[in-house]
Amino acid sequence: MSSTVSAIQRSALGFVLVLVIFGTLPLVVSSYQMSIANEILIFALLAMSIDVLAGYAGRTSLGHGALFGISTYVVIYWTSVYGGSAWVGCLLGVVVATLVAAIFAAFAVRVSGVYFLLLTLALGMIVWGVCLRWTSITGGENGIRGVGRPDLIASPTAFYYATLAVVLLMTFLIWRFVRSPFGLTLRGIRDSESRMRSLGYGTSAHMFVAFTVTGFFAGVAGALYALFNNFVSPSTVQLSQSVEGLLMAIIGGIGTLFGSFIGAAAIIMLENFVSAYTARWQMVLGVMFIVTMIFAPQGILGTLRMLLIRKR
Amino acid sequence: MASLNLVQILNGLTLAALLFIVASGFTLIFGLLRIVNLAHGALYLFGGYIGYSVTLGTGNFVLGLVASMLFVAFLGLIIDQGLLRFVRGFVLREVLLTLGVAFVLNDIALVIWGGDTFSVQIPAMLRGAVRFAGIYYPTYRLFVLGLGILVFIALWLLLNRTRLGALIRAGVDDAEMVEAMGINIRRVFLATSMLGASLAGLGGTIGGAFLTLYPTADSEILVFSLAIVIIGGSGSLVGAAVGALLVGMLNTIGQVMFPELAYFVIFGPMAAILAFRPLGLFGRA
Repeated sequence: MSSTVSAIQRSALGFVLVLVIFGTLPLVVSSYQMSIANEILIFALLAMSIDVLAGYAGRTSLGHGALFGISTYVVIYWTSVYGGSAWVGCLLGVVVATLVAAIFAAFAVRVSGVYFLLLTLALGMIVWGVCLRWTSITGGENGIRGVGRPDLIASPTAFYYATLAVVLLMTFLIWRFVRSPFGLTLRGIRDSESRMRSLGYGTSAHMFVAFTVTGFFAGVAGALYALFNNFVSPSTVQLSQSVEGLLMAIIGGIGTLFGSFIGAAAIIMLENFVSAYTARWQMVLGVMFIVTMIFAPQGILGTLRMLLIRKR
Repeated sequence: MASLNLVQILNGLTLAALLFIVASGFTLIFGLLRIVNLAHGALYLFGGYIGYSVTLGTGNFVLGLVASMLFVAFLGLIIDQGLLRFVRGFVLREVLLTLGVAFVLNDIALVIWGGDTFSVQIPAMLRGAVRFAGIYYPTYRLFVLGLGILVFIALWLLLNRTRLGALIRAGVDDAEMVEAMGINIRRVFLATSMLGASLAGLGGTIGGAFLTLYPTADSEILVFSLAIVIIGGSGSLVGAAVGALLVGMLNTIGQVMFPELAYFVIFGPMAAILAFRPLGLFGRA
């Protein structure tokens, strides 16, 4: 059981590192840098939701950016068009994202491998298409502007710590989720679905629950993003959102959870850096994807880990 | 709620013809090379822009068609030989790599042609409308319909009546076995991937003349192509045709009945097919 203990210790170390690094950041950085750190936290949560499916269930989703964006849309629509409270809006956003995830999941459990990727891609893009065309509700390409955050978390620092608290709580829940017997079953499905099925596990039911649960986490990230960004447009649900989330998970190392924080930090800092000099972020993102796929499909953490193992 | 009339049915059929041209290339590559080329939409858009520029520069539509097909086939060659060869055999890495290629191509197109909407110039011969059965219908759209049928016949003949076609079909079933018989399957793969890409380029120019070209057109075409392949099954020409007809008609019906949610309508058949035949109507494991 020593490996289990060390795995728990490693995860505890991850928690402490995230808490210390992100907890002390506001004391030492400018308000602009703090907003970047805030964005990193939100996207790390999105990346983790993708990582649960990719790393533990062996299913690469390109639809979670859309689930994320649906939640953002619901929160902004509820607060600015309908005039409701932001708290209720966040709750609604997460609920709607989870329900849509359940619908996606009902189809997605039928397929695996590359078909899973195609299906989630198509479903996500349908969401994008609807957001783009359904102008009477979504405002089309112009998007919808929010009404700002509630007073309690109106200041950037307060919102930053609120985000940190929520993301840490969600990280803990995800960690519990993947380490539970349920999570172990998912890993079994990843390694051999047919064997798990013959052992009597309901693989479809497991995949359905896993997909829906990750949709919930993507929804939480989307609701936080609504409060953070205060604006939503079809670009929030577009494919590049899913692609960025997936790239973050991959760069951080698939199946590492805490790697998502590293991946999110790398991508978002790079995006801000590149955007300061050129408008060609999409091209940089594409090139990064190509380079990662050719040279480091295990991600930064994964590649480091492999190098370490090789040295031993 | 308006009911369908002949014009709308024809609109659906012509859209289906275009979608078939694009999706047939997609499904061929998917079926034979097992590569889901997510850059297919970007190739469509790139082909469309090339066709637009060449047609504008030379005043010759046919030249635009040929140029877009050749150029996009060349792009397909570069993607296959320059990038995909490094990740051969890793399905997921291949797919995600083509996704990266799509982002790069789209951004290059944005740099070269900007964000404006363009429309490929239609040759004088195909302008105007034809009168039949009491309606006026644009000649160009009928041309697209004819071309779609022509491409179907040509591809069918290629696949079923030529040596290359026999090799492709054999490759879809069992690539290793074909190789074991002393045939260089890599060359067949390359030919298929260039053929598939050139069909995307052809579609771009054809579609660019009536659907117009703009920076997100590639995503819309890619969703349609994905839906068609999911419905029809990978590697099946007939599947692509049936899928294109379904998606084209449903999209048109959707636009007539609920204009803002037309996109949503293709969701239905996809869901139904997945529920009963996860590999698509004509797909084989």
